[in-house]
Amino acid sequence: MVVFAPANLAELGDAVGEALAAGEPLELVAGGTKRGLGRPLQLPRTLDLSRLCGIRSYEPSELVLTAGAATPLAEIDAALAEHSQMLAFEPPDWGALYGLSPEKAARATIGGALAANLSGPRRLKAGAARDHFLGFRAVSGRGESFKAGGKVVKNVTGYDLPKLMAGSYGTLAALEEVTVKVLPRPERETTVLLLGLEPENARRPLEHALASTLEVSGAAYLPAAAAAALSAPRGLPASALLLRLEGPKPALAARRERLRKELAAGCESSVLDDADSAALWRAVGNAAPLCGLSSSALWRVSAAPSRGVALAAAIGRSLDMRWYLDWAGGLLWLAVLGAPEDGGAAAIRAALHGEGGRESGHATLIRGSLALRHAVAPFEPQPEALAALSRRVKESFDPARILNPGRMFEEG
Amino acid sequence: MRMPAPDAAVLQRRSEILRALQKIVPGEGVIVSEAERRAYESDGLSAYRGLPLAVVLPSNLEQVRAVLRYCREVGVKVVPRGAGTSLSGGALPLSDGILLGMSKFNRILEIDLANRCVVAEPGVTNLAITAAVEAKGFYYAPDPSSQIACTIGGNVAENSGGVHCLKYGVTTNNLLGIEMVLMDGEVVRLGGKHLDAGGYDLLGVMTGSEGLLGIVTEVTVRILPKPETARALLIGFPEIAAAGAAVAAIIAEGIVPGGMEMMDRPATKAAEDFVHAGYPLDVEALLIVELDGVAAEVDHLLGVVETIAREKGATTIKKSRDDAERLLFWSGRKAAFPAVGRISPDYYCMDGTIPRGRLAQVLTRIGELSKRHGLAVVNVFHAGDGNLHPLILYDANKEGEIERAEAFGADILRLCVEVGGVLTGEHGVGVEKRDLMGAMFDDNDLAHQERLKCAFDPDGLLNPGKMFPELHRCAELGRLHVHAGKLPHPDLPRF
Ligand SMILES: Cc1cc2nc3c(=O)[nH]c(=O)nc-3n(C[C@H](O)[C@H](O)[C@H](O)COP(=O)(O)OP(=O)(O)OC[C@H]3O[C@@H](n4cnc5c(N)ncnc54)[C@H](O)[C@@H]3O)c2cc1C
Repeated sequence: MVVFAPANLAELGDAVGEALAAGEPLELVAGGTKRGLGRPLQLPRTLDLSRLCGIRSYEPSELVLTAGAATPLAEIDAALAEHSQMLAFEPPDWGALYGLSPEKAARATIGGALAANLSGPRRLKAGAARDHFLGFRAVSGRGESFKAGGKVVKNVTGYDLPKLMAGSYGTLAALEEVTVKVLPRPERETTVLLLGLEPENARRPLEHALASTLEVSGAAYLPAAAAAALSAPRGLPASALLLRLEGPKPALAARRERLRKELAAGCESSVLDDADSAALWRAVGNAAPLCGLSSSALWRVSAAPSRGVALAAAIGRSLDMRWYLDWAGGLLWLAVLGAPEDGGAAAIRAALHGEGGRESGHATLIRGSLALRHAVAPFEPQPEALAALSRRVKESFDPARILNPGRMFEEG
Repeated sequence: MRMPAPDAAVLQRRSEILRALQKIVPGEGVIVSEAERRAYESDGLSAYRGLPLAVVLPSNLEQVRAVLRYCREVGVKVVPRGAGTSLSGGALPLSDGILLGMSKFNRILEIDLANRCVVAEPGVTNLAITAAVEAKGFYYAPDPSSQIACTIGGNVAENSGGVHCLKYGVTTNNLLGIEMVLMDGEVVRLGGKHLDAGGYDLLGVMTGSEGLLGIVTEVTVRILPKPETARALLIGFPEIAAAGAAVAAIIAEGIVPGGMEMMDRPATKAAEDFVHAGYPLDVEALLIVELDGVAAEVDHLLGVVETIAREKGATTIKKSRDDAERLLFWSGRKAAFPAVGRISPDYYCMDGTIPRGRLAQVLTRIGELSKRHGLAVVNVFHAGDGNLHPLILYDANKEGEIERAEAFGADILRLCVEVGGVLTGEHGVGVEKRDLMGAMFDDNDLAHQERLKCAFDPDGLLNPGKMFPELHRCAELGRLHVHAGKLPHPDLPRF
């Protein structure tokens, strides 16, 4: 296996161009923290993007940052923190989930987070990675460099290709430089915990919280097993419904008390502030309640929020699992215990799409053994018309299929 | 305006084509007479006009599919249209193409409060969505000034914004799903009531694709609880630069206002004369800052913004005391376009975005350009996100003024790109900025975009002549150039 490690756009173009000429596909790797996600690749060449790094411009008052695509998220977070700003989509750190050492996990890059469109708990209020991805420079599978989007927060000039790159897992182009929107970091945060709610009683308060004017920026439900497995800031003794509020200090306590008054009647509640609250939500975004179950298949299921609890129950009828909900019920995390041959894929997807297959949503195998990731589709299979359109899109950027071929979907 | 050469064969077969279309969409769904077609000859960019081959108004999904399949079969172009308020000529008809009007798709299909979303047909107006959920305490956040007229399908196609998009995002950030029909009649559903795509984010690609990729036949948008309180500040500055500095300072303070709008002196005067909103007339820049959320927080932030404004030299500061006064503050801004329409026979609205920090410099340069082109300009500005709307005043009845207005506009947009901005923040490229795309993108950039169109519409029949300065055949674009074995950088590091 040959590894190419271009240091700039021209070299990146050459590396792809040469692979194209040789007819040898490339596996794109930057921090290498998410190689466990998607269909396993065994390719003759590796394109190591890690040298395309460094913050290239950052103007806090413009709310815009441009960096080499392989700039470590940690470096970006540190630069933003100096100006009390943040990446509002809360990119999660899945190092522990994939069993990586903290040093290895710290290699996660901004380009990787965008290419996988990974967002944390604030997704429900602030949007996904894709919503903060303003522009890029890249080399497509044609070996040609191109750019799209812009370096300002509002732009509709041409197709929104940053959206297309977000979640394309390096199958369309190798990102060289990215521009993202950044936002002020809330002054303070606080989390209200409703303790001891049975799953069937979790739906109402989640809906109520999101329909309230209190601007909830995180809404999760952890059944007892998941709650107990939380270690940061501490394990919880009972199931917990978590609601986060963020904002300037003067009004935060009042917002919190209103939330408690509106929702906590008849159940035990408690509060975590600032650093403790932040640690809690990091754990939720990082799937910490499921990380310990290292040999089980791990799924991330996106569905209409009101279905979350019922969906978990439906899947639970055929699979032994540990689970929790984020995004006010719209994101179901689950670890399949025991070892069904397909990692639970069929049961999960059948329940997700409901009778007649009418319900929308998608289930992604986030972690699974090599064999499992070969055997089942880690990304949600698509109806034929959409699958065909997606194939044509792939072909338009990478006609010879040399960029991460097969990482998302089987390719002929 | 140079448009794709009309297909003589199609023009010749017009009556046969109309008959076939009338079979698919019976009754009054196909508009043939010249007088009636006139009503559709332009969109909001009325300097450009043209009569379509016919106007077709389907009323259900099967009709849309059949119309597209037929058009593809016989090679007839299709221009989609919502309410026709586009300011970039996106819905400008083609003489050899049908205008596919989506106005009969006007039903709200579902209000799902538990999932905080609304499912609607594309011809529903933007405001009708808010109206449908208002009583329950919700609203649809993107609020283009044209919201009483423009359709949600048009909003998707243009990725429209509004004065609240700094905090709540533009259409793309509030769109959960669509159903669309491709040129070959295939129906594709993207997204739904859940978040994010399971594969490529084609929903993101469709948003802002200006009717070039597919026909949107159903839309699912997210709705938000109406903020508990909203209060606005009206702030006057003796200099544009001071207003710009205040905007930067507000953001640096960590505040993301619900809306932050600026008007220059002539725009303020035109608006005040029109609606009597109580705007100060002795200031060079007028800033409206709206804060929304929980009352305690809004009151606190109002004080912070006021302090910043004073520090930056504001000469007048008014805080809205109640909702009526807040709406009064906005009334002038919201009516800025018609207000300008009163002081000039015609105006031409530009839409570039710039890095906010360059505002003072850009307005100075626009002032110089105004002198050079001999046309006055007034400036309205989404200050929060750097989206500039210079309105160029001209008189279409005066020989050469249209051309001068266009040349002036093009100079402004090139200036936006030169300072690090973009050609269009929310109105779209359409025909208007098509020929300026080269100022922002090189041939390679454009070819990658055009190939994406080929993936959706290989025959180039959907809204051709918009967005791209040149039409290329998909076969030609698709050709792969492999530079076999030659490595310009033989020292490329390998391990
Ligand atoms: C006075 C005024 C104020 C405005 N203010 C704003 C503003 O504040 N912010 C802003 O962003 N814009 C604004 N606009 C611009 C315009 O209103 C928006 O672009 C709007 O989204 C267009 O909607 P429409 O229904 O009128 O679409 P149309 O003008 O009919 O069409 C716009 C584009 O969408 C395509 N299209 C329409 N429907 C469909 C469909 N169902 N499927 C596929 N393609 C389709 C058309 O082909 C065309 O390319 C303003 C316009 C006016 C006249």
